[in-house]
Amino acid sequence: MAALLDISGLNKSFGGIKATDDLNLSVEPGELHAIIGPNGAGKTTLISQLCGLQRPDTGAIRFKGRDVTHVPPHRRARLGMTRSYQITSLIMEMSVRDNIALAVQARDGHAFRFIAAARKDRRLREQADALLARVGLQAKADMKAVALSHGEHRHMEIAIALASQAELMLLDEPMAGLGSEETKAMVKLLKGIKGKHSILLIEHDMDAVFALADRISVLVYGHIIATGTPDDIRSNSAVQQAYLGEDA
Amino acid sequence: MTRKTWITLAAMVALAVLPPVFYWTGNAFYLDLATRLTILAIAAVSLNLILGYGGLISFGHAAYLGLGAYAVGIPAYHWLYDGIGDWATNGFVHIGLAVAITSTFALITGAICLRTRGVYFIMITMAFAQMIYYLIVSIETYGGDDGLVIDTRSEFPGLNLDKPLQLFGLAYVSLVVVMLLVNMIVNSRFGMVLQAAKGNNERTVTLGFNTYIFQLVAYVISGAIAGYAGALLGNFTTFISPEMMDWRTSGELMFMVILGGTATILGPVLGSAAFILLEEILVDSLTWVEHLLDGILGMKIELSNYWHLPFGLLLIIIVLYVRGGLMGLINRKED
Ligand SMILES: Nc1ncnc2c1ncn2[C@@H]1O[C@H](COP(=O)(O)OP(=O)(O)OP(=O)(O)O)[C@@H](O)[C@H]1O
Ligand SMILES: [Mg+2]
Repeated sequence: MAALLDISGLNKSFGGIKATDDLNLSVEPGELHAIIGPNGAGKTTLISQLCGLQRPDTGAIRFKGRDVTHVPPHRRARLGMTRSYQITSLIMEMSVRDNIALAVQARDGHAFRFIAAARKDRRLREQADALLARVGLQAKADMKAVALSHGEHRHMEIAIALASQAELMLLDEPMAGLGSEETKAMVKLLKGIKGKHSILLIEHDMDAVFALADRISVLVYGHIIATGTPDDIRSNSAVQQAYLGEDA
Repeated sequence: MTRKTWITLAAMVALAVLPPVFYWTGNAFYLDLATRLTILAIAAVSLNLILGYGGLISFGHAAYLGLGAYAVGIPAYHWLYDGIGDWATNGFVHIGLAVAITSTFALITGAICLRTRGVYFIMITMAFAQMIYYLIVSIETYGGDDGLVIDTRSEFPGLNLDKPLQLFGLAYVSLVVVMLLVNMIVNSRFGMVLQAAKGNNERTVTLGFNTYIFQLVAYVISGAIAGYAGALLGNFTTFISPEMMDWRTSGELMFMVILGGTATILGPVLGSAAFILLEEILVDSLTWVEHLLDGILGMKIELSNYWHLPFGLLLIIIVLYVRGGLMGLINRKED
């Protein structure tokens, strides 16, 4: 079966720093593919190139069999790709519900409507509220996003990704900055999503990664040094040396 | 209804009732003041669509006012001197021209300006407006620097704009319609995207919205409304000069929006009112002090020429210390 996402020979440098170094990677339909790697390995830079915010120097990104390397980010989103942010990126002045409703609207289309009040649109509102209930934020729907805690913001990021109903979710460290209880809740949430959407998950939390991933790739200095099942990765000596060993 | 809605209604009723009462009680001057205020409020409301709701700090909005006014003055000029048909004095033709020209100008310049952000956007919108300014200055036929007298006002069936009360009525109804229109737009699906792009453009793009197009559409709508306000302004002043469209007027419109409160429907209207009334009061009271000094001490100082100084200070104080402008003062009590 053809891969949903297929990255081949991707390169990206910032001045002298090679953030992406001849990177090859694929995400199969329904798969949860995790990427681990030390700080500054180029994980976020990879996501930014996949969603179209940054241009690779060379290489190709194919999504659903189509070369999207030069497709602008809003069109990639419409093709069925969504990303979440390592550093929370929400529309802080808007209400929690409006943030989610906007994501629902992005999938729903019909954004060039000037007459009907969007907040009274039942289709948008009901779907937004259902998503908020799913991530446990229904009680905060009317609050401004800025008023929520960091953990709640992380859940909003997931609700937005869910709202898109994208086939491929690019999740950049959804557990970043969460306490252990919150992390557990997030793992549970992601387990519920897994299988319904293909996910490229970037995560530092090893327990979470080994609990969730179908496949794991290890990124070091922009290059993938190993890809395999969680068991493969655990027993891979190169990985242990380069990465896991440092942690232990 | 919320407190804000009540205050908006009350303010709009006051604006409808007070000027005619002044007029009937022999204070025609105040009706004039109200008409000017109302027309500038339309321009301010239109600017607020992109500045307040869109976060696009345009420093060239006066160009639209000017273009709208010349769309009245130029056909009227040719009607008088070249004897072209009576269509040239038809109000619908004037407004059609004003809206067509300004939306085209907005589309072309907006397509370029919106490629830039921040200070660059401010500078380039101002540059385009100055371009129009110098273009008009260079056309001798239409008075160049000296401006152009509009010899005949726009003609509408059943409406006589030579009657101050009717001109005010048209301006007032236009303002109400424009406020409702902008309110509708900002609350629509389109408006949600526009406001989201202001809050976090990158996120709005990665959600799947081409924010550039949304901002461009808002830019064109805003320009067209300002062009319409310009056509009204031409009818009010019956004289247009390039000065009407230089960067100072653009700055004044920005001040009105910020003073009244960005991203609110009533804010720009309150801002225009405060701006125009404050200007009037300051000039009056400085003239009064002038006479007093002259009468008592025999000092001849033309104080009223310096009204900009206290005016500017007051504006700066309000903008700095009252978050959200005059609407901020009103809303503060709500929470
Ligand atoms: N816009 C940029 N300009 C210059 N250098 C950059 C830029 N973005 C990233 N880098 C550099 O590229 C490298 C990869 O950064 P990136 O943020 O992708 O790492 P990461 O794996 O996401 O790290 P972390 O685990 O800390 O999130 C780093 O050395 C970083 O300093
Ligand atoms: Mg990162």
